[in-house]
Amino acid sequence: MLLNSFIGKVIISVIGVMVVFTFNALISVWLERKISGHIQLRLGPMEVGPHGLLQSVADGLKLIGKEIITPQGVDKKLFAVAPYMVFFPSLLMFVVIPFSDKFQVQDLNIGLLYFFSISCIATIGIFMAGWASNNKYSLMGAVRSIAQSIAYEIPIILSILNIVILTQSLKLSEIVKAQQNMWFFVPQFISFVVYLISAIAELNRTPFDIPEAESELVAGFHTEYSGMRFAIFFMAEYTNMFLVSAMATTLFLGGWLGPVLPPIVWFFIKTYAIVFFIIWVRWTFPRLRPDQLMNFCWKFLTPLALINLIVTTLVIKLF
Amino acid sequence: MEEQNNIKQDFYVNMGPQHPSTHGVLRIVLRVEGEKVLSSETVLGYAHRGVEKMAESKTYVQMMPVMDRFDYVSAMLYEWAYVGAMERALGITPPERAEYIRVIMGELNRLASHFLWVGAFLLDLGAFTPFLWVFDARERILDMFEEVTGQRMTTNYFKIGGVHDDLTPEFFKMANDFIKMIYDRMKDVEELIESIIFLERVKDLGFISKEDVLDYGLTGPVARGSGVYVDTRKTEPYSVYDRLNFEVPLGTKGDCYDRYKVRMQEIIQSVKIIEQALGMIPEGPYTEKSPKVVKLPEGEYYYAVESARGLLGVYLLSDGSTKPYRFKLRVPSFANLSIIDKLLPGNKISDVVAILGSIDIVVPEIDR
Repeated sequence: MLLNSFIGKVIISVIGVMVVFTFNALISVWLERKISGHIQLRLGPMEVGPHGLLQSVADGLKLIGKEIITPQGVDKKLFAVAPYMVFFPSLLMFVVIPFSDKFQVQDLNIGLLYFFSISCIATIGIFMAGWASNNKYSLMGAVRSIAQSIAYEIPIILSILNIVILTQSLKLSEIVKAQQNMWFFVPQFISFVVYLISAIAELNRTPFDIPEAESELVAGFHTEYSGMRFAIFFMAEYTNMFLVSAMATTLFLGGWLGPVLPPIVWFFIKTYAIVFFIIWVRWTFPRLRPDQLMNFCWKFLTPLALINLIVTTLVIKLF
Repeated sequence: MEEQNNIKQDFYVNMGPQHPSTHGVLRIVLRVEGEKVLSSETVLGYAHRGVEKMAESKTYVQMMPVMDRFDYVSAMLYEWAYVGAMERALGITPPERAEYIRVIMGELNRLASHFLWVGAFLLDLGAFTPFLWVFDARERILDMFEEVTGQRMTTNYFKIGGVHDDLTPEFFKMANDFIKMIYDRMKDVEELIESIIFLERVKDLGFISKEDVLDYGLTGPVARGSGVYVDTRKTEPYSVYDRLNFEVPLGTKGDCYDRYKVRMQEIIQSVKIIEQALGMIPEGPYTEKSPKVVKLPEGEYYYAVESARGLLGVYLLSDGSTKPYRFKLRVPSFANLSIIDKLLPGNKISDVVAILGSIDIVVPEIDR
């Protein structure tokens, strides 16, 4: 009775999301370090736990134990709130992800719209962090990061509009069910590619990681953060990586559809395949210059996405 | 509106002396406007140790280990220049075997330096993986050094009349294993590096013309990247280089990509030289008897080698005693760096690391 009631559903959802999010943080970090290690002809963490599986736990404990340093001259309230402003939208985005036909916190009618609108709120948090840090390099890094985020939103939206046109629905469970016969990445391959590239740019990962680059002059918007606050930025990035991959799975790779194995297992396999790809790309390529990054978005990716959208609309209308 | 546009806000950005890039303690003061560099000023001297003055109060033999410390990524080439100057003064010629050993070790040092350069260059551009791939190759070279000399980097291996120790059979085995794997490894590295992103970052950037090369006295891959044929091993052959068959790669346009390409091809050429030398090395003594007390006759002596960065010259002015009257080191990085203030203005901040990386400097040898 409790399980079926509203309160019960809320409690289970909260616990479920926290579990997924925590394990994703641990697994993603471990995956990143192992994959980067093997790509670089080395092994990655091996000491803590079998094959370094407990390394993330050790790192988390270390970060919790660090002193929280608040530099002089920062805007204290903004400085304290900024990490959470970047982090909470990620938790909110978990609400619409269809983990399987039975596991979805809330199957909103406007699920797709909700997802991408909430993701834009994080940008405000980045600006808060950069401004409140009272450091001209942090501010420059934050400004670059925001310009990048806003610019790459456009190709993302344009590419997922193709899916909306195909399924005539913003409801994520319906989008998954519409891929029974063929996963959408086959007819919508260009959209898939545009979406992946833009998603990597949104995550501020190499090759688009100018805002976080160590060998550049500006050190990024999260320089002045230490300890737990830095950990929150860090977790936000890995959670976003998972969310973006989950959305790619839902929209293009058939969500939880698949033979033999339980749906939720398929969902995680596909999502982590995309996570693996994102990590692989990071350790292969050098980074783009900021002007090349913006040029690439406005002069190449956006026109491509627009043309793709027009072609999809024409094909749907005519056939 | 017009008043707003007339307020140009340029501010100074300081690069260094502590760097995230692996260039050493070099400081460049940039005057930038937004992303564009208006002017730059290089400040040197953070690694100055007064070595040339120090040499005047040390005997010639005491100075030997110090030569390693100038460029610790390719130490033996510096020892070679110093030892060569002294041998010229004393009129000692090392035996054949010693010359071949020196060539092998010199080329291994050049490889070690170029490997580090490739890794650091890509690291500055944001690609982390090539760094580790070439460092694996470099580790094998350092293991070879340890096998023969007992030391990995600052080896103190050359001496007047030859070298300190002979090559061991284990060294030959390691060298052959290295040669077997290096061609494939460099092919993999090149394939990994040359993505469209890298080419966009590096092509058509930092043009150095042939006139610039002659005006600024640039040597080494920086000069060869612009198509100027300067290579001490060919133009003023020393040791047994005149018997070895190798090419000198030249660039065409003189941009960062050409300098990168020249160094990559030099890696292959160095491996070919090592292969030939390992085949041609004769049996025999590995050193002449050198005098117990080293006193150079009065006069001035000069010896130049081709180091990984360019023409490296050692000048000794002797007054007949056991200590030099004047010791001067002509380092390639100092001249090569002088063109930076001409190359940087007009480019963006992100290009500064690319251009600086393509020049390949080692600050301890600049500051001495």
